[in-house]
Amino acid sequence: MTFEVELRKGNFQVAECINCKKIVWPPSDFCNQCFNEINWRKCANDGKIIEFSKQYDYYFCLVEFENAIKVIGKISSGIPNKDQHVRIQRCGMTNDNYFFEFSLI
Amino acid sequence: MGKVGIVSYGITPFSKDDSKIESVLLKSTKKLFDNSPNLSRNEIDAVLVSTNNNSKYLSAILSEMSGIQPKIAHTIESLCNSGTNAIVSAYSYIASGLADVVLVSGAERYDSPGQILEWDNSRGEFKHPIFWASIFTKSYKREFSITDEDLAIVSVKNHKQAQNNPNALSEKAYSLDDVLNSKKLTDDLRLLNCSRPCTGGASILLTSEDFCSKFTDDPIWITGIGQKTISAGFTKNTLNYMESTRLASSSALKMSKHSSSEIDVAEVHDAFSVCEPMALESLGFTDKGKGMNMIKELHAVNNFKINPRGGLIGSGHPLGATGIAQTIEIVQQLQTCANKRQVDNAMIGLVHNMSAAGTSSTVLILEK
Repeated sequence: MTFEVELRKGNFQVAECINCKKIVWPPSDFCNQCFNEINWRKCANDGKIIEFSKQYDYYFCLVEFENAIKVIGKISSGIPNKDQHVRIQRCGMTNDNYFFEFSLI
Repeated sequence: MGKVGIVSYGITPFSKDDSKIESVLLKSTKKLFDNSPNLSRNEIDAVLVSTNNNSKYLSAILSEMSGIQPKIAHTIESLCNSGTNAIVSAYSYIASGLADVVLVSGAERYDSPGQILEWDNSRGEFKHPIFWASIFTKSYKREFSITDEDLAIVSVKNHKQAQNNPNALSEKAYSLDDVLNSKKLTDDLRLLNCSRPCTGGASILLTSEDFCSKFTDDPIWITGIGQKTISAGFTKNTLNYMESTRLASSSALKMSKHSSSEIDVAEVHDAFSVCEPMALESLGFTDKGKGMNMIKELHAVNNFKINPRGGLIGSGHPLGATGIAQTIEIVQQLQTCANKRQVDNAMIGLVHNMSAAGTSSTVLILEK
């Protein structure tokens, strides 16, 4: 899938339906509302922290992008707050697992 | 549509045993046969196995090991609510007339692959259930001004209640301080806030109305069923409320023609301590944010109405067996044979079993 090929290169792509323009998340080759083809484009870099917690010395948080995509990732440094904005600092895949690291804005 | 009754059951102790999945399945099935002197093997129309184990063809294997040649035999998997999904399938086979007598057997090993949903990559590196539980806990505490001390009461209550359950994994009661000082997993979750994976099996026998009297004078009827799946992935979820549970509960109560206030005893899916108040609110037992008040009141007077066997936290959580073990508990309560766990005048019971952070829920209503 294009999404994973790009994610392995560190690019976070969005699947957008060519017909209804809805964002398909988790990424898929077809729109989950109308089964039309999808188009790949770059995701907005600005996300919002929905919730977070902390393990050992790092924070992990649920972040929302474009009001449609939610992923869990680490905060690179600093103390997060709910609704705070973040940028994707690093993303990719280790074996078959996605990873995301965010920096606070 | 005819009535469907639960007429017998068998359950193993929940443990950390390194037993083969086939042995675990056979053990609770044998106990069910021991409890059912009138059950002959050739009467069983269907054998349904509930598990997340990766072994294949387990229903045919269990049938062969038990000397059964059923018409219908297959496995049912839906992560942590596989057990009640299997019961709903059994109900459907009987209600449709395809079967009259159905054996449902659930089993899991302590190292079940069902603990991690590999598909859900939106969880990034955080696929273990402790991470969604931490986010639920943080969100619930924030929304309703609940503290870690409040949530620790769930674990104290359920371990306490499990001490009256001879099959429970938990071997001792814990104090509030024990829970609050147990191993820190994240800022929002301690070890004693969690149910523990374990090895265990539970089997149940369901029949059509005409066949019930052959096996028991005291059948327990399934009078309500509600199920709802919202998504597979955690990140589509509401964080401090279980929407799938609300919808499943509403359907089940409507089918049974009862309201939540009429429920005398319930097993709810306390995978983590925060899940119990959230479930009570989503099931309609109490208002949003008030679940802990209900739990505190019950705990203070030793009322076992919620999770009498100790729930998942006290009993252990052998995924594929959990929903069946919950159902057996409510059957025992309604048959007034739950010994020291017995809730007074239990006439109507509820089972709440869910999967993957509440993305899917099953609710059953059982009656005498």
